[in-house]
Amino acid sequence: MTKLTRRSFGLLAGAGAASLAMPFYARAAGKPRAVVIGGGAGGATAARYLAKDGGDDLDVTLIEANSTYTTCFFSNLYIGGYRSYESITHSYDKLASNYGITVVNGMAAMVDRDAKEVIMADGSKVPYDRLVVAPGIDLIYESVQGYSEEAAQIMPHSWKAGPQTQLLKSKLDALENGQNIVMVAPPNPYRCPPGPYERVSMFAHVLNEKGFTDSKIFVIDPKPKFSKQALFQEGWNKHYAGMIEWYGPDVHGGIVGVDPSTGEVETDLDTFQGDLVNVIPAQKAGMIAQKAGLTNDSGFCPIDPKSMRSQNDENIFVIGDACIAGDMPKSGFSANSQAKVAAMAIRGDLTGSRVFPAKYSNTCWSLIETNDGVKVGAQYAPTDEKIASTSKFISQTGEDTALRQRTYEESVGWYNGITADIFGA
Amino acid sequence: MRLGAWTETVSRKVADIRFSELQIRTQNLLHVLTVTAAVGLTGNAASASDAERGASVYKKCRACHELGEGAKNGVGPHLDGLFGRTAGTLEGFKYSSALKKKGEEGLVWDETSLDAYLEKPRGFVPGTRMSFLGLKKAEDRADLITYLKQSTEAAPSDEANAPATDARPEIGAAAMALEGDIAYGEYLATECVTCHQTSGRADGIPSIVGWPKDAFIRALFEYKVNLRTNQVMQNMTVNMGNEEIAALAAYYGSLEPQ
Repeated sequence: MTKLTRRSFGLLAGAGAASLAMPFYARAAGKPRAVVIGGGAGGATAARYLAKDGGDDLDVTLIEANSTYTTCFFSNLYIGGYRSYESITHSYDKLASNYGITVVNGMAAMVDRDAKEVIMADGSKVPYDRLVVAPGIDLIYESVQGYSEEAAQIMPHSWKAGPQTQLLKSKLDALENGQNIVMVAPPNPYRCPPGPYERVSMFAHVLNEKGFTDSKIFVIDPKPKFSKQALFQEGWNKHYAGMIEWYGPDVHGGIVGVDPSTGEVETDLDTFQGDLVNVIPAQKAGMIAQKAGLTNDSGFCPIDPKSMRSQNDENIFVIGDACIAGDMPKSGFSANSQAKVAAMAIRGDLTGSRVFPAKYSNTCWSLIETNDGVKVGAQYAPTDEKIASTSKFISQTGEDTALRQRTYEESVGWYNGITADIFGA
Repeated sequence: MRLGAWTETVSRKVADIRFSELQIRTQNLLHVLTVTAAVGLTGNAASASDAERGASVYKKCRACHELGEGAKNGVGPHLDGLFGRTAGTLEGFKYSSALKKKGEEGLVWDETSLDAYLEKPRGFVPGTRMSFLGLKKAEDRADLITYLKQSTEAAPSDEANAPATDARPEIGAAAMALEGDIAYGEYLATECVTCHQTSGRADGIPSIVGWPKDAFIRALFEYKVNLRTNQVMQNMTVNMGNEEIAALAAYYGSLEPQ
C-alpha cells in the first residue's frame, strides 16, 4: 500500500476542491450518461437530438420494450385503408448505427432515483446522470365499467398503435351491410384530441366505399364538445349523411358500462349495440412514471415549463403524453417539440452547451374523407405557471376542395418529415 | 431629442410602415391583375402563340428561377443557357445530391428531359429539392419549353452568384441587415425540421435548405404579413422577430442539401 504523504494528500485535496467548482462534465470519470425511457415520438427524438448535438461528449442510451415502433399518428389512415401497416412502422436501426445511440431492447421496471439507476425487468441496471422519461400513456380500463385488458380483445381500444390497431381494422373489414359500430370516446385529458373523430371518419369512409348504407356509427362521448367539432360535423354531413350519430352527455345522460359478451354499450338514455365496439378509456401517464414517483394526483407528471424538467426530481425530464404540458395537447408533434427543449436543457446540464429560451409548437392534421384534410395548431412559450399558447389557428368550415387537398398533402409531407426527425434519416 | 421631434419621427416611421404595406398590397393586386389578364389571354387560344402561353405558365416558376439579362441564382438556379446544360452543374448553386447524380449519369437539359422533369419533378428525380408538384398538361409543358427556349439563350452572367439587388427592400430589410446567429438558428430550426427535412428532400413539404438569405427572410415576412397564406407558416412566423428570422436564414443558408 502506498503511503499517503502530506504533499500528495495536498494535491488530492486540491483536485477535489477544484472539481467542485468545475462543470459537471469535467468532473465525471467517463462521459456523462443521458438515458431515455421510451422510444416513441418524444423519447426517440430526445435520444437522437442528445446524440446528434451532444457529439462525442455524451453517452446516450434509449430503453424501449418493443423492437419496432408503429406510430399512433396516421394509424387511423391505416384503418381507413390509406396507408399500409408497414408504412407506419419504424425501426431503431438508424438511431443505433448513424447516431451511436445504445438501444436497449427491454422493459424498464423501476427508477432508483437516489442511486440514479434505471432498473430493468430482468434485474439489470442502467445508470444515468440525466434521465428522460417518455412512457406515453397507460389506459385506465376500469374507467369504463365492464371493460378490461381482456375485454379489449373483443372491444379493441386501439389507442396504442400495434396489434390493437390491426385487430380493429380486421373487425372493421369484416363488417357486413346493416351492422353497426359503437365508439365510446375518452374523457379529457387523453392522447390525440381529434383522434377519435378522425377514426370515426375513417370508419365511415370504409363503410361508405362498400355501399353499406344500412350501417350506422354511434359515438357515445363523455364530453359535451370535442376537438375540431364544427369541421368534423360539417364533413360528416357532406360525405356520410345520416351515417354518424354523435351523442354528448346531455343526450345520453351518462355511460353506465359495456358488455363485451353482447357488444352492448349502456347509457342512461338507451343501450347501443355494436358489431364492432371501439372503447377508448380514460388515460394516465405510463406506469414507469408513476412507479418512479413523478406523477401527481392527476395521474400525469408536473414539469418545469421552461425545460421539461420534472418538478419532483431535477435529474429527470418528463416529455410527451405522460407530462402535464399546459395548453399543449397530447400529440406526437407536441412530444417531438418537447423532446428538443429537454435535450437542449440536458446538454446544457451535462456539457455546458448553450441553452436558448424554450419554444414549443404543435399541429394536428386530420383526414375526414379522401383529400379532405383539416388542421389545428399553435405555438407555445413557458410562463411561470405552465406552457401557454402564444398564437393558434384552425382550418375553417366551408374551405374549398383544393385547399383541403393541399392540407392533406401537407400532412403526408409532415409525416415524412417528423418520422425522419424522430428515427433518423 | 425634443418630445415634439420624437413624436414626429415616430409618426413618420408609422407612415413609412403604412406606405410600405400599401406598396406590398398594391404589388399584390397588380400581380393578381396580371395573372387574371394572362388567364384571359390563354382562354383565347387563337390570339396567343405557344411562347406567349408559355410565358404565362412560367409565372409558376419565376418566384424561384430568374432568366434573361443579369439573371441570378435564387431559391432555384437561374435558367440562362439552360438548353444543353448538364443537370446539377451550374457553378455556385446548391443542388440536391440526387440531381447532381443525374447529371453525372449524363442527364442534359433538352426538350425531352425537361418535359419529363416538369411533368413530375419528384418522380423524375427522387430527392430533388425543387418543391414543385409538376405540370400535368402536356400542352402547358410544351408551351413552357417553347418559351424557355426563346428566353434562356443568353449566356449565363458572370455575376450569377452575386447577391440579388433587392427589388422589394421594404419587406424584411431590417432582418436582412442583421448578422444571423447560426447556433440560435439551429435551435429555432428544430421547430421547422418537423416538416421541412434537414436533408433538403421535398416530400410534400417544400425544401428550404440552402436558400439565399434574403429570399429566405422575405418568404418568412410574407407569411408574417399574410401575403403568403399557409396557416401553419403564418402561425409559425407571427411572433418571430428580426433576430429570430435572421438566425434561421443564416442557419438554413449554411446547410448543404444532401
